Amino acid sequence: MDILSYLVFFSAVSGIYAIATLGLNLQWGFTGIMNVGVVGFFGVGAYATAFLTGPNYADAFGGFGLSPLLGYLGAMIASGLVALVVGLLTIRLRHDFLAIGTFGAAVCLQLLAMNLKPITRGFDGLHSLPRPFAGLAGSPTVANTWFLVMVVCIIVAVVWALERMVRSPWGRVLRAIREDEDASAALGKNAFAFRLQTFVMGSMLMGLSGALYASFTGFVSPQDLLPILTFQVYVMLIVGGSGNNYGAVLGAVLIWALWTMTETFLGAVLPSGLKQQVSAIRVVLVGLILVLMLLYRPQGLVPERQNVSREARLHG
Amino acid sequence: VIQVLADGVVAASFIVLGVVGLSMIYNILNFPSFAQGDHIATGAYFALGIVALAGTAGSIAGLGFGWPLIGALVFATILNGMLALLIDRSIYRQLRLRNASRISLIMASFGVALMLRNLIVLFAGHDPQFYAFSIQPALSIGGARITQNDLLSVIVTTVMVVALHLFLTRTTLGKSMRAVSENPALARVNGIDVDRVIRWTWLIGAGLAAIAGVLLGLSVQVNPSMGFELLLPMFAAMIVGGVTSVYGAVLGALLIGIAEAVTVQYLAPEYRQAVAFLVVIVVLLARPQGILGEKA
Repeated sequence: MDILSYLVFFSAVSGIYAIATLGLNLQWGFTGIMNVGVVGFFGVGAYATAFLTGPNYADAFGGFGLSPLLGYLGAMIASGLVALVVGLLTIRLRHDFLAIGTFGAAVCLQLLAMNLKPITRGFDGLHSLPRPFAGLAGSPTVANTWFLVMVVCIIVAVVWALERMVRSPWGRVLRAIREDEDASAALGKNAFAFRLQTFVMGSMLMGLSGALYASFTGFVSPQDLLPILTFQVYVMLIVGGSGNNYGAVLGAVLIWALWTMTETFLGAVLPSGLKQQVSAIRVVLVGLILVLMLLYRPQGLVPERQNVSREARLHG
Repeated sequence: VIQVLADGVVAASFIVLGVVGLSMIYNILNFPSFAQGDHIATGAYFALGIVALAGTAGSIAGLGFGWPLIGALVFATILNGMLALLIDRSIYRQLRLRNASRISLIMASFGVALMLRNLIVLFAGHDPQFYAFSIQPALSIGGARITQNDLLSVIVTTVMVVALHLFLTRTTLGKSMRAVSENPALARVNGIDVDRVIRWTWLIGAGLAAIAGVLLGLSVQVNPSMGFELLLPMFAAMIVGGVTSVYGAVLGALLIGIAEAVTVQYLAPEYRQAVAFLVVIVVLLARPQGILGEKA
């Protein structure tokens, strides 16, 4: 029973990460937008849902007490709006400047979460957020199981929608922009508009992921907004296979498994005083995996499917 | 006002030493290295390790340190350069040989950044450390109060920038570096050993980063994220100055340093890091080629 509840917990968290990874896949995998501010949009979603659904804090904004579903919706809208502003400012920039710009945006968002104390309570964070399904059953595992079911349903819906989108003419334009922006512009495609659309949509998924995370843990603080999260999501996507939605989900589960297992394993092997070292080794290990993947299997475990016309395939 | 300017120049001196490497790597290897900040931290920790071996940072002429730290600085500069070379050999060079995209290089540098920072935590822990404990009397120069260590940082930085300028304009290697950053293919055709230029780029970039780390450690403290916190100001300085120019980057660093000092003094000190980002956005929108950059 203990193993089972642990598995449920683990699956729910990796599912939450999978949604952010799917969002990044839309941006980077399909359109080639290098968003190094994943954590910023995740954080906007987490805080938005905390404001909307949380209890009425005496010393912070929010306390609307809305239902979690409305909280998730609000989180997606909020992160979409922030992405719209960030995107309008940065999306025209070259890849490397865009990376620096989005990285900076995420740093600024974290600074706001830390320092806007009257709104966010700073490092104390927003706690006691209502957890969906908590009232439904006595044991937390049952609630977590329902939560997991919900996350899986969301993933299935998101993957289905994304697959339809990237197979549509709209999705073909995205890949054309990724491969050669000038050529697609010459064909009359407004690259800016397409890039902005995917940037906003991908960031909304990251916001949804953050919202689910906040309502699953019942707590959000600036500690949840560290740049390491951006890195994790990238490693998930690169290991799984950027440009492939199934790969993104697989990568999220695998890397989260590795992440939690190294902690359990190292925690058991090393003396308990070395907690700092355990988390440090873990990051080094994941960094190593990223570099090895970039070197030896840049296409990821589940590579992007080639979309060639029947004729081209027949003639090799 | 003079005090704010002085604080700005001191803040800029750390950025300058870091951004030179960032800008050289960007121009010669064609990617912004997200690990440059952490190279600053590794340099500071190399020196910390050597000082710990020596047992003391020493003391000369009333300064808070002496020959052991100066020796440590020299060794840390060399070690840091070697570390960067090792990383280039085992990671970036392999990616270049595979014709990896610029995006892969950026991602790899992101991975290197996190690995370096966490290796530091692994060996030295999270807690801030110091080279020496000493109370620094503030000197008064032209109405601004500045500690000896801060003054030293400004002087060392100025000397390094002048030396770099002489190196880039007067030596064959320096000229080859400029040639490669201008046009690698043409440079290669003209018989310039591009691999050698790349090696020296890392040695100089990481070497200067180590000096930045030691100076920053002297005037503030040594901690694992000391360099990472400089990353955004460094990127900002590089972009503001126009990415193609090392001199522009130096100027950009001054501007960012002063903007930070103004924010700390008159606005909100907790948003110090955000200043760099705002300056970048404004510059990118108004003058994408930077202050000294040429139009592409």
